[in-house]
Amino acid sequence: MRQKRSVRYAIGYSILAILLCVLLIWNLNAGSVNLSVREVLEILAGHNSENTAIIWEIRLPRLLAAAMLGGALSVSGFLLQTFFANPIAGPFVLGISSGAKMVVALVMIFFLGRGIVLGSAALIVAAFVGSMISMGFILMISGQVKKMSLLVISGIMIGYICSAITDLVVTFADDSNIVNLHNWSMGSFSGMNWSNVRTMAIVVFVCLALTFLLSKPMGAYQLGEVYAQNLGVNVRLFRVQLILLSSILSACVTAFAGPISFVGIAVPHLVKSLFRTAKPLIVIPGCFLGGAVFCLFCDLLARTAFAPTELSISSVTAIFGAPIVIWMMLHRSTRKG
Amino acid sequence: MKEAILHTAGLAVGYNKKALIQDIEISVRPGQIVTLIGPNGAGKSTILKSITRQLDPIAGTVNIRDTSIRHIPERKFAQTVSVMMTGWTDPEWMLCEEVVESGRFPYTGRLGLLSAHDREKVQEAMELVHVTELAQRNFTQISDGQRQRVMLARAICQEPDILILDEPTSFLDIRHKLELLSLLKDLVRQKQLAVIMSLHEIDLAQKISDYVLCIKGDHIDRCGTPEEVFTSAYIHELYGVHRGSYNSLYGSLELDAPKGQPKLFVIGGGGLGIPFYRKLQRAGIPFIAGILHTNDLDYPVASALAAEVVTEQPFEPIREAAIRSAEKAMQQCDGVLCCLEQFGTQNQGNRQLLELAKQQHKLLTEIQWEAMLETTP
Repeated sequence: MRQKRSVRYAIGYSILAILLCVLLIWNLNAGSVNLSVREVLEILAGHNSENTAIIWEIRLPRLLAAAMLGGALSVSGFLLQTFFANPIAGPFVLGISSGAKMVVALVMIFFLGRGIVLGSAALIVAAFVGSMISMGFILMISGQVKKMSLLVISGIMIGYICSAITDLVVTFADDSNIVNLHNWSMGSFSGMNWSNVRTMAIVVFVCLALTFLLSKPMGAYQLGEVYAQNLGVNVRLFRVQLILLSSILSACVTAFAGPISFVGIAVPHLVKSLFRTAKPLIVIPGCFLGGAVFCLFCDLLARTAFAPTELSISSVTAIFGAPIVIWMMLHRSTRKG
Repeated sequence: MKEAILHTAGLAVGYNKKALIQDIEISVRPGQIVTLIGPNGAGKSTILKSITRQLDPIAGTVNIRDTSIRHIPERKFAQTVSVMMTGWTDPEWMLCEEVVESGRFPYTGRLGLLSAHDREKVQEAMELVHVTELAQRNFTQISDGQRQRVMLARAICQEPDILILDEPTSFLDIRHKLELLSLLKDLVRQKQLAVIMSLHEIDLAQKISDYVLCIKGDHIDRCGTPEEVFTSAYIHELYGVHRGSYNSLYGSLELDAPKGQPKLFVIGGGGLGIPFYRKLQRAGIPFIAGILHTNDLDYPVASALAAEVVTEQPFEPIREAAIRSAEKAMQQCDGVLCCLEQFGTQNQGNRQLLELAKQQHKLLTEIQWEAMLETTP
């Protein structure tokens, strides 16, 4: 039986790895200039051609960002789901992404108005502050209500409030800022450069490694606080770690790509169904790969579906993510009778 | 006698710095089962939570082998004490086997990977509790009773010295209740576990416990062996029983006796009367039971359900005085029902009563008896 489980895990990872490779190459090929696989490989191998810049300076950083941020987002979702023992918790529905968006917008307008262009590290910090503000409210509410649907509704409301404030400040911002901000606040992977990629890689992979090291207490936490505590988990410390890691991960995403919806719920659910387990040791790497695949796919559509017009990434993730979430909630309620 | 493995000193427990229960002195030795009983909301779970470090005590200490639990490292504590509480978060995609495996957590390394030894322990625990066949089932898709057993297997494979159980038999049907408690008794004997648990079912508590603590109001009202604690009168007082009664010898519950003028005199004995007493109770017909020796099987039920019981001393033939008072009681009643077909040497008095009833045309026929049960509202 145990072997059967291992086979299942191996198959799951293989599927995700194959999808990831296919999408990486496809993303390099497709776009306003369609390139053949061979041409792409040649450019990557170092041959110079007229399209080198497209691959190296535009498509490659963008797809790496999409993959890493997508992975980060779904891992962040999985952390929140573990924390709240609620499979429909995620950074977007709980208003955490919107909180990050609000503070980033405020900070950007403030500094851009004074002619200062902020680096990506500063934006991550701003996004983190915003995440923690929303998170603070959510934690306060979760102390009062235990029902998961109420918690999610509260999160959506917090998200609306933050978005409203963001819209308000954007409306009164200088014209020059708006174009930039507008694109970003809708969610997009466009305009990534190598310096962005480097910064996000450091943040994302450090957090991912730390998250992976938490997989043991996370497993113990799945039966509830009482049992985690009885198994020797320092519950208070563990909860703080979960909150910090999930907030940093989603803040990083928001700082670079704006709010992206539903990835944080849909991907962990799909990954858990694929592996037929919720074991963090298996699911955390699975979520990262799955999130990468999901966002690469969605970004591909965002870029190419109505080219040359680019869709916001959030619209595409919503189209694929929201039905999965609905299906999942229906499935759960029927199963529970 | 072995030394206590866990004992509390001047423990007070409660929430938000307000003590609910004070002066709690619990002490449990390896191989002993200590049970907390008391009405709903008495604070049994609060005490258990304080012993397992889920709740900080308001005052006093809980010691395991003379070390305050506050000073025991988390991992060590987890290897010493395991719990099974009521309620748990429903985990998604978790097999029963994985639930049991989580009990090995305090023994595994940084990533929680199980060794061959850990797997053996998991198998062993599942066999012990008879849940091996559930191993590959989803934990959310089995019955409550099965879940309870899986959780017990989880607690066992944690290899504790002390097992803390909060209402372990809730959700279980009678078969599984008995199985679980027998299993617990075996475990305690084999592994010399110390068990502290709370139980709703006082009849079961009486049979399984080595020591009982009764919680009432803000203190431990009484403690001792089940024989010392379980008297009918005390159980009535502890739980504030106003209607019905509890018989501590048999651990049985009886509802209220029907009220009003007795309508029927029931001649019973040897256990034959009990089904009739119960039928009359359900139909709400007050009755007098007689003549019963006070050591008769029927006697405890009759004294709980009858308006009056005419009795005789144990092992004495029924004497004139008893027959007189039975005759007088028969006068008050509209009819007489005889549950007996044979009369022994000590029981001749009841034969006399039967003859008298026949003479007075008071003896109910089967048809009259059935009609009586049907016509009463």
